Parts: sequence; structure tokens; C-alpha cells
Amino acid sequence: MLVSIYRYNPEIDNKPLMEDIEVDVPEGKDLMVLDVLALAKEKDPTIAYRRSCREGVCGSDGMNINGTNGLACITPLSEVVKPGKKLVLRPLPGLPVVRDLVVDMSIFYKQFEKVKPYLINDEPAPAIERLQSPEDRAKLDGLYECILCACCSTNCPSFWWNPDKFIGPAGLLQAYRFLADSRDTATNERLAGLDDPFSVFRCRGIMNCVAVCPKGLNPTRAIGHIRSMLISQGS
Amino acid sequence: MVTSVTNLSRSGLSDWIIQRVSAVLLAAYTLCILGSLALNPEMNYASWRALFDSNLMRIFSLITLAALCAHAWIGMWTVSTDYMTSLQFGKSATFIRVSFQIGIVLIVAVYLIWGVQIFWSS
Repeated sequence: MLVSIYRYNPEIDNKPLMEDIEVDVPEGKDLMVLDVLALAKEKDPTIAYRRSCREGVCGSDGMNINGTNGLACITPLSEVVKPGKKLVLRPLPGLPVVRDLVVDMSIFYKQFEKVKPYLINDEPAPAIERLQSPEDRAKLDGLYECILCACCSTNCPSFWWNPDKFIGPAGLLQAYRFLADSRDTATNERLAGLDDPFSVFRCRGIMNCVAVCPKGLNPTRAIGHIRSMLISQGS
Repeated sequence: MVTSVTNLSRSGLSDWIIQRVSAVLLAAYTLCILGSLALNPEMNYASWRALFDSNLMRIFSLITLAALCAHAWIGMWTVSTDYMTSLQFGKSATFIRVSFQIGIVLIVAVYLIWGVQIFWSS
């Protein structure tokens, strides 16, 4: 099968180009995109990409596969390309390319840092641990599972236009994860930091994030919850 | 917290609420005008004039005009901060964006004053 891969080394190349590589895919097997990429790398060892766990847990191999962001390791070929068609691999859109499919995620992590993604509790710590009822714990389901692969944020036009000001779906999902946590006592301070026209309110609810999340999470719903909390606090 | 001094209310939440409430008002006004046209198929200048001379309609029209101005400003401000940034225009982005925003403020102000004149004169 023909695999078309985005190639760019900013130190040498004037501009990016697409390299076509013919890869022998074994008959009768539905390979993952990452396996095909490994076969392509056997043909051309200079191709650069990130990968680690190869089972959708580490979030390293987020890339744009035939126009849609996803994790190469858990995306089967049959899902993204019709038989006889070309597999097209590009880096995550909207972030600076370090080399080929490797992008610079600094600005993505900076937005993540902004939401203070850790528990803040100013009450004295109990002897053993801070307890939480099963009901309160259940509120964190669908929030804590995010692996920060950046598939959602780099599929969001609001993040493309204002990556330095709009926190983006991944960061906002984590913002709500700590707003919803019964053990966190900084709810008001967290909300005060989100009340500007960019951090949350650049979300236009187009749900690109929901469409591509490899873990099946719903950042748009979390952003809606943040808005509701801001309204009940601010009205 | 990202600071912004050129959006309508300084607060993202407040802008968001104003935009939604003004959208509902604009929809209600549109339905009201379409409804009165549908209920009076033989509408002429005199009856059209009488409709807008009523105090209730004047108040409704002016509130809707204010809602339209707020809605337009929030929307156009958002467009300018999405598409007129240094990513698209480099170093001249701030000049282009602020000029555009001043232009929009002037247009909105002209329509507001002109609209008040039209609805209040009889």
C-alpha cells in the first residue's frame, strides 16, 4: 500500500514535502497505523515520529491520519483508509514542527499548566488520606482519563487562532476535573481565572474535540459545566 | 486569566450572556415584525406607521436596536481577535486589529444614533 508521509526538517529543508513510500502490508491483517509507519521506517529510516506504549495509553503518537487526528497505535487501517487508497500521515495541525511527524507541544503544555492541574486544599491534611464518597468520585469519570495526546486541542480552530490565550479542550477538561473534585477547595479562585473572553469563552461548541478524542471523552460537555459554574457564581 | 480591554464588558462571561440574550431578543423582534405582516396582509404606509408609533413598539424597537448593537460589537470583536492576530499579519497585526475595532465602534455608534432618531421621530 502507498503511504504518504509529511517530511520536514526545519534545519535543512526550505519547505515541507510529502514523501510517498510503498509498503508491503500482510494480507488478511488489519494493521494499526503505527505498524504501517514502522514498516515505512524500515524502508526509510530517516522518518521521525514519537511512539512509546503502542496501546493508546502514553499519548505520544498523536498525528493527523487521512485528515483526522488520532493515535496511530490504536487506529486500525480499515477505519481510516479504503482498500487500494493512500494512507496520508501529517503532524498534528497548528503546532510548530520539530521534524516530520514530531511537533513542539510547549504551548499545549503551557495551557495545561495554566489550569493548575493538581489538587488544592488549604485544610489541614488528615492522618491517613482525604476521603471522598463514591458519588463524588463518580463525578470525575470521563475527566481524569485524558492522556494529553493533544488530538483534541490541535483539531480545534479556536486553539489554532489563539493558542496563547484559549486554554483549549484538553486543558479545560482538566480544569473541570479539579472544579468538580469534592476535595479541592480552590473552586472560586479557579473560576476567577477563567472569566476572561479567551480562556473558556473562545469555545464555539463545534465539538471537533469530541469527534477525535481517542479515549472517547467529551471536553465540550466539561466546558458547558464550567460555563454553568461561572454563571451560577457570577449572576 | 487573559486580560482584554477592548471587548464590550471586560468579562468573557458577561459578553457571552449578552450575546445570547440579545440573540433571543433579535429573534423575538423578527417574529413580531413577520407576525404583524402576516396578520395584516393589506398593510399600507398608514398602518405600518401606526404600528411603529405605538409606545410599546417604540420601546421594543429601541431595546432591540441596543441588543443589535451589543450583539454586533461582541461578534465583530471576536472575529477581529480570531483572524487579525500576529499569526496572520505579523508585526502589523495590532494596528490592523485596533483600526478595524475602531471602525466597527464608529459604524455601530452611527447606526445606534440614527436608529434612535428614526424610531423617536414622528
